[in-house]
Amino acid sequence: MADKVLMKGNEAIAEAAIIAGCRHYFGYPITPQTEIAAYMAKRMPKIGGVFLQAESEIAAINMVYGVAATGKRVMTSSSSPGISLKSEGLSYLAGADLPSLVVNVQRGGPGLGGIQPSQADYFQATKGGGHGDFRMLVLAPSSVQEMAELTIKGFELADTYRMTAMVLADGTMGQMMEPVALDLEVKPAPEKPWATTGTKLAREHNIVNSLFLSPEELEKFNFDRYEKYRYIEENEAMYEEYLMDDADICVVAFGIAARVSKNAINEARKQGIKVGLIRPITLWPFPTAPFKKAITHVKNFISVELSMGQMIEDVRLATECKAPVALCNRAGGMIPSPEQVLAAIQEANKNGGAR
Amino acid sequence: MIPNHRIVLLAGHYGSGKTNVAVNLALDIKTRYERVAIADLDIVNPYFRSKDSVALFQEHGIRLICSDYANTNVDIPALPPDLYAIVDDKILHTVIDVGGDDRGALALGRLSPSIKEENDYAMWMVINCYRPLTRTPEEVLDVMREIEAAGGLPFTGLVNNSNLGAATTAEDVLASMNYADQAATLTGLPLVMTTVDASLYDALKSQISNLYPLQLQRRVV
Repeated sequence: MADKVLMKGNEAIAEAAIIAGCRHYFGYPITPQTEIAAYMAKRMPKIGGVFLQAESEIAAINMVYGVAATGKRVMTSSSSPGISLKSEGLSYLAGADLPSLVVNVQRGGPGLGGIQPSQADYFQATKGGGHGDFRMLVLAPSSVQEMAELTIKGFELADTYRMTAMVLADGTMGQMMEPVALDLEVKPAPEKPWATTGTKLAREHNIVNSLFLSPEELEKFNFDRYEKYRYIEENEAMYEEYLMDDADICVVAFGIAARVSKNAINEARKQGIKVGLIRPITLWPFPTAPFKKAITHVKNFISVELSMGQMIEDVRLATECKAPVALCNRAGGMIPSPEQVLAAIQEANKNGGAR
Repeated sequence: MIPNHRIVLLAGHYGSGKTNVAVNLALDIKTRYERVAIADLDIVNPYFRSKDSVALFQEHGIRLICSDYANTNVDIPALPPDLYAIVDDKILHTVIDVGGDDRGALALGRLSPSIKEENDYAMWMVINCYRPLTRTPEEVLDVMREIEAAGGLPFTGLVNNSNLGAATTAEDVLASMNYADQAATLTGLPLVMTTVDASLYDALKSQISNLYPLQLQRRVV
């Protein structure tokens, strides 16, 4: 009936995956992303898809590997400790150049940590998803609508580059409810001549594997893969700029932290403070272009994070340390308040001229 | 619209707005009765629970019956230790916030024989046509049957809580009435109320019968 739907972020991810043509979901429940599995359990059987609750996260990611090898769109989802369990599989997917979509609805850590929202898996997602030299495309939604849109984008990018795309959300994003428009466009999946779909005696066998007996051959694959990564860095970075044109102070935040920061920025603007926001939408590739522009007029950067300060390192690299970068953070499942971010902006404003 | 029954149960698809309606009803019932409690039986979802409003209940003298672990990092399906006060204390008016879907309603099964025996209850299904998986009257019927089977207690009415969160307009609510009426016909249950944010109440009160203004809305960032 109605065009608009009121969805939890987790549900939006699940429905968007179905819209993107994903008919294979493998997962294992963990708060705060269990609604993705619950939604898939209800929907997949009705549309001829497969929902399978695996015996563990490790099993689930290896089922993803199997389906990805056949060229079908496939996904799994988990939360922080569960993603750690999947990291071996993520490395194998990368080593075999298989496309997949993995969702991490982050919770507080390290260890078993807690079930409240966090962004402390930034390093894990952008620097070290597993062993070996590899990258994942990392997409950071900041609204329930974006949860849906970036899920579809993730499938498309994964297919285009034969990589894992990770949607990196947090417990709040997963649980919060907002209206979503689901009339989303999906690009058709590209041809996958490498997929193991049966030769029908018409072609050579396709082999999906990440084991190389010759180090020279393995080295070549690594060099080639990094050529691809360089191309992605130049072409696929996504970001939002908010009130940046005249900004003296630049807040950098993604996901839920960007929403909190916007409230603080609006309040600071009322007080006459020239502050703006750069919101990275892709965390890898990290968007460097808006920072190259910002560094010509911004005097102070503030990285707002639900972690002990992880993205701040990429902000320092992107700004080439030409201006101070302060950290405004909470950790362990706590969320910075708009007042805390506003105080950090006011503090930076006091140091306005310092470079 | 506020029932005189000693126990009012709110159940439905998760995310339908049960907790929000329950909190508003409990505050209303407190204006009429001395001893009022709100019971959070949600063992599934540790995120949005009545415990969020704990300070509010204290302020209004409403007893909160909920798991000690609600809103903590202890992610286990625990029931409140004072659960049986709901059925044993016959002068305590109680609004029960049942967990979402059939899985959430499972915990109710422990109380439903006593509630049935006392037979002084209203069990309302909260519906929202803007929520996935309950967008049609047929889907409402499916979820209703699943919850009744799990909780062991039949519904006695429907609450149309169709909304799009903070973005809800009067038109959105009006557009939901056909759905709500059809759901009532299909389930054979009366539509006991349609809820709206208090800010929309004046615009809609002449057009929708049994319109109930929600004074309190819980919001995230």
